Amino acid sequence: MSAPFSWIRSEPWGVQVVPADCWIDPGRAVDRALVTHGHADHARGGHGETIATPETLAIMELRYNTRKGAVPVQYGETIRLPGGVEATYIPAGHVLGSAQILLEHAGERVVITGDYKRRADPTCAPFEVTPCDVFITEATFGLPVFAHPPIEEEMAKLLAALARHPEQCVLVGAYALGKAQRVIAELRAAGHDDPIYLHGAMEKMCRLYEENGVNLGELRLVSDHTKEDMRGRIIIAPPSALNDRWSRRLPEPITAMASGWMRVRQRARQRGVELPLVISDHADWDELTQTIAQVNPAETWITHGREEALLRWCELHQRRARALALVGREDEDD
Amino acid sequence: MNRFAALLDALVYTGSRNRKLALLSAYLRETPDPDRGWAMAALTGELDFPAVKSSTIRNLLMERVDPVLWTLSRDFVGDTAETASLLWPEPQESAPQDSPGLDETVGLLTSLTRATAPSELPKLLDGLDSSGRYALIKLATGGMRIGVSARLAKTAFAQAFQVDVEDVEEYWHALEPPYTELFAWAADGSDPPDVAHRPLFRPFMLAHPLEETVVDLEDFAAEWKWDGIRVQLVRVTDAEGNPQTRLYSRSGDDISATFPELLDVLPFDAVLDGELLVRGITQGGEAGGAASFNALQQRLGRKTVSKKMLTEAPAFVRLYDTLLLEGEDLREHSWETRRARLEALMERLPDSHFDLSSLVEARDFEHLAQIRAGARDDAIEGLMLKRRDSPYIAGRKVGLWYKWKRDPLLVDCVLMYAQRGSGKRSSFYSDYTFGCWDGDPDAGAELLPVGKAYSGFTDAELKKLDKLVRQTTLNRFGPVREVERTLVFEVAFDSVHTSKRHKSGLAMRFPRIHRIRWDKPVHEADRIESLRQLVRD
Repeated sequence: MSAPFSWIRSEPWGVQVVPADCWIDPGRAVDRALVTHGHADHARGGHGETIATPETLAIMELRYNTRKGAVPVQYGETIRLPGGVEATYIPAGHVLGSAQILLEHAGERVVITGDYKRRADPTCAPFEVTPCDVFITEATFGLPVFAHPPIEEEMAKLLAALARHPEQCVLVGAYALGKAQRVIAELRAAGHDDPIYLHGAMEKMCRLYEENGVNLGELRLVSDHTKEDMRGRIIIAPPSALNDRWSRRLPEPITAMASGWMRVRQRARQRGVELPLVISDHADWDELTQTIAQVNPAETWITHGREEALLRWCELHQRRARALALVGREDEDD
Repeated sequence: MNRFAALLDALVYTGSRNRKLALLSAYLRETPDPDRGWAMAALTGELDFPAVKSSTIRNLLMERVDPVLWTLSRDFVGDTAETASLLWPEPQESAPQDSPGLDETVGLLTSLTRATAPSELPKLLDGLDSSGRYALIKLATGGMRIGVSARLAKTAFAQAFQVDVEDVEEYWHALEPPYTELFAWAADGSDPPDVAHRPLFRPFMLAHPLEETVVDLEDFAAEWKWDGIRVQLVRVTDAEGNPQTRLYSRSGDDISATFPELLDVLPFDAVLDGELLVRGITQGGEAGGAASFNALQQRLGRKTVSKKMLTEAPAFVRLYDTLLLEGEDLREHSWETRRARLEALMERLPDSHFDLSSLVEARDFEHLAQIRAGARDDAIEGLMLKRRDSPYIAGRKVGLWYKWKRDPLLVDCVLMYAQRGSGKRSSFYSDYTFGCWDGDPDAGAELLPVGKAYSGFTDAELKKLDKLVRQTTLNRFGPVREVERTLVFEVAFDSVHTSKRHKSGLAMRFPRIHRIRWDKPVHEADRIESLRQLVRD
């Protein structure tokens, strides 16, 4: 009889399921990978076999241009892995296709969340609380200063800025997978029916979302239009394009950014953001701590982010916890 | 308060100088007295509420939030006011009263004592939203750090009412917040404040670094730049006929009490610009001349001065310029004229407390460079180049004065610890502690920290350094990370002194990263011994 949970171990570049000889979200190519969602820091290419939801596999195919070794798993579906391990994919509410993975072995249940949020999101299935013994959670916004406001408030801010400056445009920096589509879908929900203009890097992912049943309304490419066309319009671009030469073609853009980091003024200043929109696809502090309380695991392991504070919270609430200190999880644009 | 909070938020999120000026001048035009005056005072750092310190705020938060979570949050956010505004628990009853105006708030803050602050501040904070709390804490603790300098605020004032910013500077120091007289003059055309009979600070004329510029010595005079502190000595006979003398530092702080020996030695009314130095016996230079900065440092920041200090390290002023002399304003005159007046003045000044900063004669620029390279006196920081025909203009106007510092000393050090920066650099590991070897690194020598630097690299380099710190972390001590010894910095510094505060026994002055030696193996970094040879105490 081995020590409890010794069949799960971690390296800085990923979490290993030892008896099944497979890795979850490994940062390097392995024979068999279980992938929670399509963001590049979780879904690397080049694995022998990639087990993920069909949406995540489609996103990876778009990114890496291959379906080689793709093994689709539906939400709620359980698959058998070697070594007596079973894996079940459960919605994580992060982006399209994102999943938590429940691993069961020798009577022990381990849930690894990948990235997740608890707010409603019109572009993906909502997070489901899954009881387990070990809860392996992210902690991207694991500090009590992070409290994401209701998204309606942020949409109202964005639309008000647009209305105040009808001769200009609002350029919104948003991560190309997930955030961009959510912002567009929420704008539509807020009644904004005007065409929304996209940076070229956004186009394919938006199309993929639409193919998966997410209606984004009329989208146009910036490159097909003149400055005049874009006055009074919303433009969505990856954060890296905000202060790039690319933005010179826009009519006096007001620089906005949709990110949980925008809660902190200095973060907005560092990026030259004039209109910070606090919109995140991650759980904020209250959601992280509430989720741990709801899942109520025997142990909480923290993969990446502000793990010190979440560890401290666990300590204050007499919960056993430890940090895995995974590296290479880029979170600057979340 | 809401209006002021909205102004601060707008300023924080505005990068462009012109748009900041537009925001500020609109606020100053549209806001009534005395609120706008308090806002100016807050932005120029002129407000001080002794009962409210950063620690007051921290203590309030630690009673409401777990101290560890507070510290982690503060470290991440990089700004106490902002962290507190975000972590302050929202009051249970969500019926926000009308928040008090700026004037009322300033009144309340002024009335606080150390005893009442901990119970009164929470009441104020409870009535505000997160932006309001941020503004209140910034206002109460000072040090806005929102990308608006005092000069920018004054420029906005000048722009708002279409007056000359130099006049604003001139009158500024004669007035107290909330500057109603200044607004009356600028906005309503009242008489300007009386500046003639008070010992006021006049803003300094400052220099740009010379960098690649080559100047013609026909047009420019050269003089030594001394390694002391720039001071302004002001004597004015007040309306009652009594002489009032003040000594001001570069930032306009009144430091008269720290250097009492200079207060009764100026025998006529004048405003003089010079370098404050102390006399040294063992510190090299010419006999009875200036001691090193280290010696001067012993006297700075003291509220009372012992007799021993006055005899062992007496202060004197090495004069650079005359701004006002016996009621005559010389600032409009050329440097040459002012210099002639200053030289003529010297015989009326006691040489116990004054001397003249001598000019450096050179055939041409190249010759001047040789003289600069050969300067031996440790109290020399470099050269100043002053346009012969330039008036004395407050601030740093391009093309008139240049500073040409001595070449810095260089040493190769190894990165040992990194700490997160504040403000604009919060979240980045931007403060670096580095060390030198205490012997032969190939024979098991250890690194001892010799200094700390947080400048001298580009934003792109900062990102790279931040990444390296995160990837090579060995240990975490709160906000500090110990890193693997992998990186060599070429560190530039002005001088090095013995110090009891550091394990290495050495302390550098103005250390900054000169170059990042990504290519250099750490065992090739310098040893403590070679650094110690550069000590001149």
